[in-house]
Amino acid sequence: MKENECILEMRNITKTFPGVKALDKVNFEVKKGEVHALVGENGAGKSTLMKVLSGIHSPSEGEIIYQGKKVEFAGPLDAKAKGVVLIHQELSLVDEMTVAENIFLGDLPRNKFGFIDWKGLNKRSKELLERLECEFEPTELVGRLSIARQQMVEIARGLTQDVNIVVFDEPTASLTQEEEKVLFENINRLREQGTAIVYISHRLNEIFQISDRITVLRDGEMTGLLNTAETNECELTSLMIGRDLEDHLDFEKRGRDEIGKEVLKVEGLSKDGLFNDISFSIHEGEVLGLSGLVGAGRSELAETIFGVRKADSGKIFLEGDEIKVGDANKSVDLGIGFVPENRKEQGLILGRSVLDNLSLAKIRNLNRYGFIKGREEKLIYQDYQDKLDIKTPSSKQQVKNLSGGNQQKVIMAKWLCINPKLLILDEPTVGIDVGTKAEIHKLIRKLAAAGIAVLVISSEMPEVMGVSDRILTMYHGEITGEFYAEEATEEKLIKGITGIEAGACKVG
Amino acid sequence: MGSSVKTESNLKDSSSKKINFAEIIKRHGILFVFLLMIIGISLRTDSFLTQNNMLLVLRQVSVKGIIACGMTYMLIGGEFDLSVGSLVSLTAVLVIDFHDILGPFAAIIIAILAGISVGAFNGFLVGFLKLNSLIVTFGMLFVIQALTLLYTGGQYVSVSNQGATWFSIIGRGFIFGIPIPVIIFGIILIIFGVVLSKTVYGRYLYSVGGNPIASKFSGIPKTYITFSTFIITGLTAAIGGIILGSRLMSAQNYLGQGYEFDIITAVVLGGTSLFGGSGSIPKTLIGVLILGFLSNGFIMMGFPYYVQWVVQWAILIGAVWMDVASKRGKILA
Ligand SMILES: Nc1ncnc2c1ncn2[C@@H]1O[C@H](COP(=O)(O)OP(=O)(O)OP(=O)(O)O)[C@@H](O)[C@H]1O
Ligand SMILES: [Mg+2]
Repeated sequence: MKENECILEMRNITKTFPGVKALDKVNFEVKKGEVHALVGENGAGKSTLMKVLSGIHSPSEGEIIYQGKKVEFAGPLDAKAKGVVLIHQELSLVDEMTVAENIFLGDLPRNKFGFIDWKGLNKRSKELLERLECEFEPTELVGRLSIARQQMVEIARGLTQDVNIVVFDEPTASLTQEEEKVLFENINRLREQGTAIVYISHRLNEIFQISDRITVLRDGEMTGLLNTAETNECELTSLMIGRDLEDHLDFEKRGRDEIGKEVLKVEGLSKDGLFNDISFSIHEGEVLGLSGLVGAGRSELAETIFGVRKADSGKIFLEGDEIKVGDANKSVDLGIGFVPENRKEQGLILGRSVLDNLSLAKIRNLNRYGFIKGREEKLIYQDYQDKLDIKTPSSKQQVKNLSGGNQQKVIMAKWLCINPKLLILDEPTVGIDVGTKAEIHKLIRKLAAAGIAVLVISSEMPEVMGVSDRILTMYHGEITGEFYAEEATEEKLIKGITGIEAGACKVG
Repeated sequence: MGSSVKTESNLKDSSSKKINFAEIIKRHGILFVFLLMIIGISLRTDSFLTQNNMLLVLRQVSVKGIIACGMTYMLIGGEFDLSVGSLVSLTAVLVIDFHDILGPFAAIIIAILAGISVGAFNGFLVGFLKLNSLIVTFGMLFVIQALTLLYTGGQYVSVSNQGATWFSIIGRGFIFGIPIPVIIFGIILIIFGVVLSKTVYGRYLYSVGGNPIASKFSGIPKTYITFSTFIITGLTAAIGGIILGSRLMSAQNYLGQGYEFDIITAVVLGGTSLFGGSGSIPKTLIGVLILGFLSNGFIMMGFPYYVQWVVQWAILIGAVWMDVASKRGKILA
């Protein structure tokens, strides 16, 4: 085969769902041995295009040419058997099974008696995990792993056999920088072997780092096909969002002496094995960033403050009054909002409508004698749909049919609309497109300006540094540092989150 | 943010007719089945479509229909209650036995309290202690049966002076020609339907059944919601028991045996998911009617009554299969 041969061509692909035209005459081609990035705003149709490729959706119009022949895969398994692997944006693992079982699910190796060959299974999984430099065992239960690690299992699952095309749909959304590096090494290795890679991401720096060519989608239409070497971020964003994007991460910050009234105070909060003796406070109008690696206990701490987890010891005060730890219902009444890390499992009722999900927390205040005030609910819905630009054909659409980023916006809206006193955001911009991400950052600052105390947990260093007035670093369940915006540097933070100065500076 | 939201209207032309048709079948398939069945049976018998027969069927289904409303809440909330059949027997026995001791009014109160207490106990075990509802209520089915047997000693209980009490009106009376059980069923349908679709409680119920974890993360008091569904189901079982007792003016320990099967079949047949999080009261009504007309039609066509069990099982399997198939997006695994 020739070097520059197209292994895949998707021609004039149109896909309509009831009420939504997700793809409109899109052309997409991939060459052997290239990394082809697919970019676009939330809901632009990236995931849908790839689902059409792997046969999960059949196209309303258009054809797919693979290895010179017209094909229509019956589904992901068929596609995989023929060398096309799709690694999903949403995790699709079985929590109750081991890592190895998940990796080989669907074709578990068998011994000569027809039983599962556990030894072989674990050995092959181990090799695969080692290649991906994963530091966990094939025998661990998937449900016990962090999301980042689950993501690695999902990736490992796609690489169990020789493949011609691998599609990564936002693979790094929840990976640490370290894991991301390993992933890129693997992508490069695949590319050298002649495998074609489709790479979907909202992080433009990654796109420029890894891709050879870029296809841009906007609102279901293809707006560009570019050589990565010949373009830049500006051109790309304007193709994606149809206008220029202003640089956004240079907000006015509050300094040491402009601090407002204390809103939240945490005193000596401990939970065995997760975090230990955590004390800090957040003030009115302050954005506190919490930086730490995955597994540092950040999410668990946030969940405890919100009340979906219980602590072993310690106290939490809201505006000076002690609150009962472990009562999320009460927390919502008191005005604490929480955007959790895992949107599918913790954030949304997937089978219910966008409206139901958006108003789920607010609804307790939207009733008379228990009856929902429908008109007010609708108004709030419209307000936030507009503010956050949530793309959905109607308020009645099941939230599971929204694109990943739009789902995240629904969760944001759910908490914004209760007018919280304290808002906890755990990885708020994961999977959110550049335009909206900038909006969300602005929104965070605006909320703070309106007097809300905001706790932002993020693995993205620029994000934490960009929006926070003050930053805490966390390592192994302990707070290792505190920095005001003007004194925070990436180096200092990295020291804090990797524990180099662990315990050196406790915060009171 | 610049990009426009695609609206329903400007895209209507682009979604093909085929999709719409499939969508309609998927959503309202059960209604077609219902109509086909009515037409089928009425072609084979003369008296099926008469007003009298219709009222008869309605009266026959009303007790199970009332409990099916409670069961709909139960399934939407993601749990099961298999103990409703024996609870019907227990409450019927209680209301009849206490009728002669304390009078009809107190007897009704006692039966209702019994229903609620059993529900609360189940609800405590499932909601607060987080035990599996199938196991809890399956065991409870036998426990209640044992209690009822213990109470009656296996004897048949009845109201001694049937002429001297208003109690029989509940099960036997009519208002404007409509049987009172049917009226009670109608009222319960409306209340349950409205509460489910218009109140915060209804929303919470769908959420808890749809995704218990996300519900917790939204501050919804899941434990209490689950607890309440058991009380509600217990209450509907007690109402059923009272109506049944009043109709027969007597009761026995196996009166409600097998009700749980009919009721769950009806609810699932209507389209309420066994996985929780979806379903509705109007759907349940249709499920209840299908089963009612089916058993009536079978009798009118001269089949022995036990043939219905087989058919009903087949229908239940069909309904559950549809449910599972729609979850995984295809017919075969
Ligand atoms: N099964 C479905 N039913 C109805 N609409 C759908 C379905 N799947 C996707 N859509 C709609 O199609 C559009 C494109 O969605 P898609 O998931 O492809 O976006 P995306 O580009 O992957 O976005 P994101 O970056 O947020 O993941 C969205 O408007 C979405 O609501
Ligand atoms: Mg997507």
